Amino acid sequence: MKKHFLILAAIIVVISSGLVLLLLNVNYTPVKASEEAYLIDNLLTRLLIVAIPIFTLCMVAIIYSCIVFRRKRGDDEDGPPWRGHAPTEIVWTLIPLSIVLFFAIYGSAVLGDIMRTSPGGKELEVKVITSQWNWRFEYPEYNVTSSELRLPVNRPVMLHLYATDVIHAFWVPEFRVKQDAVPGLETMLRITPTRLGEYTAYCNQLCGMAHAYMTTAVKVVETSAFDQWVMEQRR
Amino acid sequence: MKFFSLGIIRGLIFGGIGATIAMGVTILVRAALGFTAWNPAMVTVIGTVVGILFYLVGLGAFNYWLGWAMDWPDTSPAKQPRWVRYFNFDTNHKTIGVQYMVTSLLVMAVAGIYKMIDRLETARPGLQFITPGTYDSLMSLHGIMMLGAVLIGISGLMNYLIPLMIGAKDMAFPRLNALSFWIIPAAVILLLISLPAGGFDTGWTAYPPLSVKAALGMQFMLLAFYIVGLSSILGGINFITTIFKMRAPGMRVFRMPVFVWVSLATALLQIIFTQFVGIAFLMVLLERLLGLGFFNPDTGKVLLFQHLFWFYSHPAVYIFVLPGLGVISEVLPVFSRKPLFGYKAVAISSLGIAGGGALVWGHHMFAAGMEGWLKIPFMITTLLVAVPTGIKIFSWLATMWMGKIQLQTPMLFAVTSIVAFLIGGITGVPQGIVPVDMYIHDTYWLVGHFHAVLFGGFLFPAMAAIYFWFPKLTGRLMNERLGKVHWGLMTAGFLVTYMPMFWMGLNGMRRRIVDYSPALGMETTNIVVTIGGYIIALAMLFFFINLVVSLRRGTAAPANPWRSKTMEWQVSSPPPEENFVATPRVVGSPYGYGIGGSVHVILSPEDKAGHNGGQR
Repeated sequence: MKKHFLILAAIIVVISSGLVLLLLNVNYTPVKASEEAYLIDNLLTRLLIVAIPIFTLCMVAIIYSCIVFRRKRGDDEDGPPWRGHAPTEIVWTLIPLSIVLFFAIYGSAVLGDIMRTSPGGKELEVKVITSQWNWRFEYPEYNVTSSELRLPVNRPVMLHLYATDVIHAFWVPEFRVKQDAVPGLETMLRITPTRLGEYTAYCNQLCGMAHAYMTTAVKVVETSAFDQWVMEQRR
Repeated sequence: MKFFSLGIIRGLIFGGIGATIAMGVTILVRAALGFTAWNPAMVTVIGTVVGILFYLVGLGAFNYWLGWAMDWPDTSPAKQPRWVRYFNFDTNHKTIGVQYMVTSLLVMAVAGIYKMIDRLETARPGLQFITPGTYDSLMSLHGIMMLGAVLIGISGLMNYLIPLMIGAKDMAFPRLNALSFWIIPAAVILLLISLPAGGFDTGWTAYPPLSVKAALGMQFMLLAFYIVGLSSILGGINFITTIFKMRAPGMRVFRMPVFVWVSLATALLQIIFTQFVGIAFLMVLLERLLGLGFFNPDTGKVLLFQHLFWFYSHPAVYIFVLPGLGVISEVLPVFSRKPLFGYKAVAISSLGIAGGGALVWGHHMFAAGMEGWLKIPFMITTLLVAVPTGIKIFSWLATMWMGKIQLQTPMLFAVTSIVAFLIGGITGVPQGIVPVDMYIHDTYWLVGHFHAVLFGGFLFPAMAAIYFWFPKLTGRLMNERLGKVHWGLMTAGFLVTYMPMFWMGLNGMRRRIVDYSPALGMETTNIVVTIGGYIIALAMLFFFINLVVSLRRGTAAPANPWRSKTMEWQVSSPPPEENFVATPRVVGSPYGYGIGGSVHVILSPEDKAGHNGGQR
């Protein structure tokens, strides 16, 4: 019994540390182009670091049992009559409970960071108006309207999402966060782009036939380039 | 003459006639009142409702009362050959259980074929051979038909097993039981009509305003699911009454097999929550037919539908998986030759999962625009459900630990269920955490997650259940070699199909898209996923071949081929018409393996397997 537990523990430690090392050294998410992306990726990675040993433990225990505890041919006896063990059961209730409570608190804190508005009201306000199957971006501050989203780098943006017909959603994988646009409701999404580049915004809520094609370009540019673009659009 | 003795034939003919008459009358009335005579939405809905009533009359659903009123001679179904009974309004719970299970497998096969067409389309970027509209319809029907098949399938298992496991002769309300099955074929026909009637492009979730604008096929889906829901509620009432009132003497709650416990939890969810999706679908239907603007942004609230829908459809996930978790809990002790570890905790955790699962519907709407602060309590309740689920998984592992494990097909499927359910469970936790969900919501991560949950919580356990109880149902064993090929292919197919999806979701692959840009870099993985899907289909082909071969030429099964202790195995295979001649007496645990002198149930001598001969 003790021997089995020791072997099992050794296998679990080896495999899960291998998997954690792999996780930490592999880029399993797209490039991070916003502040939110860093927060969310950190949260996800930490979650996976906790999940890997639990998953490994279960998998190894199952496979180990199926191999080592196979019935010998002709052995018709029953196994040991263990009906339960209260301390063990309490432990495997309390450990997952504390893990999920920890992540509930951690997740709430990250959610707070994502939703908190920046002090001083320097946010760029953009109205995102979605329809079947196109995008319209309005910049009330500059009186500019565009069919693609252009954002200055490192300036917090508050997207105000509207839908004119059915539900749509705004998602840029590199920014991580997404939000539905609901007819009759104004929804909001805060993003701080941190990386220059051109990305794609996807509609992420099934909105009819051409849903797959409801995409548009998102360009994160230097502040000066953004100002110049605004000037050009106004003309 | 024989042909018309089949209730289903009479029902279909009556139903067709009724629907035609009703549609004709509607057209005439509309013309007489000066409306547009041909309003397809209105005409088909009235035709459907009247057609279903006629179908039930033709089927013989009301023959008991008609016979009583008109003094018809008694025609006991037990005198008819068994295959005829399967096509008639029969009140025996075992007949109904088999009817449910066969229907479930057929619906599942159709839904699977729909997805195979779609999966072939998405194997490559660009549009190959179907239009986006067809893709959406097939995808939506795949979803709703699979969910219907799961609801039908669990009803089948529960119907067949509960009375046998608790020592009852039948369910509490046999005629209600037959009715709850026989409205299902009507729903299946409506779902099949949906595609030629134009399909619908909303997904199974049918969110308005899209579902208000969708094609005529939408209505058939709404009506069909309404009927499935009705059947589910009627079944739930029956299961709860049976479990509460019909247990054999000595069957205290803590002597009930875990499958009965999960059935109780499932049935409670069914009767408490199903009406919410019913009312939501009815409101969409009324908005389409009469223009009542419940979910119109000007006169109503778009998000209201999502609350009503998920108020049922999240608990529904537990309706789908709890019976499967019960099956795993039944199979593992038998093939490990050990008592179920932590029986009481496993039994109570079923109610914990059901109760907790009732309070988490908001996690489907984290990105939908609900109040910010409301996301926190939903995140906490969602994560808490992981605790009772974890208790179940750990208890299963402890049941196997140091056991004497026999890896026959039912056990192989039960073990694979745990693996799949574990994958589904662990990938669900990130989705329960709001900020991460804002990232992976409605991507292929989600698709991979819920398919793993349903494979682990329903499909693999259902396969385990069929291989395990097939000898009880038919008196024949299933072919072990074909079974192992089926298991191997299905496990491989499952992993190849769903494991890449988590990476795809993280890297920008949205769900429910007919096409994707090659720039996404998903071409190879999409081919892999498609191949995986076809491996699963191949596995299911082996399964159906095995069913037919074993049914015809399988080795004759003894009453208790797996040396199980639960009650259904102590009577002959198949069990006699009324299960038990004398009421059994329950004296101990259903899982007393290895405990000297432990006995679960004492049957009267004439009930002992082999003495009553059974019947085919």
